[in-house]
Amino acid sequence: MARINDVGGMTGFGPVVTADDPDDTEPFHADWEARVFALNSALVREGVYNLDEFRDAVETMPPGEYLAASYYERWFHAIRVLLERKGVVAAGELDD
Amino acid sequence: MSGTHTDAAISRRVRKLEALLEERGIVAGAALDEALDAFLAGSSPLNGARIVARAWTDPAFKERLLADGTSAVAELGYAAGGVQPQRLRVVENTARTHNVVVCTLCSCYPVRLLGPSPSWYKSEAYRSRVVREPRAVLAEFGCVLPADTEITVWDSSAETRYLVLPRRPAGTDDLTEQALTDLVTRNALIGTATL
Repeated sequence: MARINDVGGMTGFGPVVTADDPDDTEPFHADWEARVFALNSALVREGVYNLDEFRDAVETMPPGEYLAASYYERWFHAIRVLLERKGVVAAGELDD
Repeated sequence: MSGTHTDAAISRRVRKLEALLEERGIVAGAALDEALDAFLAGSSPLNGARIVARAWTDPAFKERLLADGTSAVAELGYAAGGVQPQRLRVVENTARTHNVVVCTLCSCYPVRLLGPSPSWYKSEAYRSRVVREPRAVLAEFGCVLPADTEITVWDSSAETRYLVLPRRPAGTDDLTEQALTDLVTRNALIGTATL
């Protein structure tokens, strides 16, 4: 089945926005993004899940959610899905 | 994405997750900070720029770089991969050809050699369009190429990352390797700029 992340050649996403800073060198735009990045690296390093599982969890997001989410929101979603799947956290434990 | 309300909500949820993982002994906050600092310190477009300047000044190195990027950058102390091993392929711009890199599926990128990727590299707009209309997308970056320049778009994967070897600017014969390094921009290494 096609996955929503497979956007190569699709039309309709509009122009490429290169931001106010054309160099765009800030790796993270909020502290929580850096924490999500660091958490994911640690979870892969610790063998809780591997990178292929992580990519799969991003790619299998429901299309509407995927398109509405920012880059690191997708990462956070995938981390939560995998932690529940691996039984590290209970279903619903991370809900507000 | 930049809305402060959303940011506050997700910040709270991320903190909650981190606290929970720490409580269960799976991660340690201090170790996360250290790993993040080390990652950021070791990942920079300066690394890619040094590789390019070496290739411009050392023809034998350039030949090895184009033949087997992974091994050639290891000579300079750079690892192409991160958590997983990756193959690095270096593609050379010439008077007739131009190369540009994308990851249509997500955001694969030679992070160690280029630093964390810019937001636009991860955007649906760039990923969807640069494979369909590269010339138009490059023009939006201010990179207008002659009509007869052949453009090749390289789609990255989990296993293979790409680095563009830009053309050495004219009139730089007298420059040192260090001075040449300073001329190389991150976007030129992705292929959305020329030098």
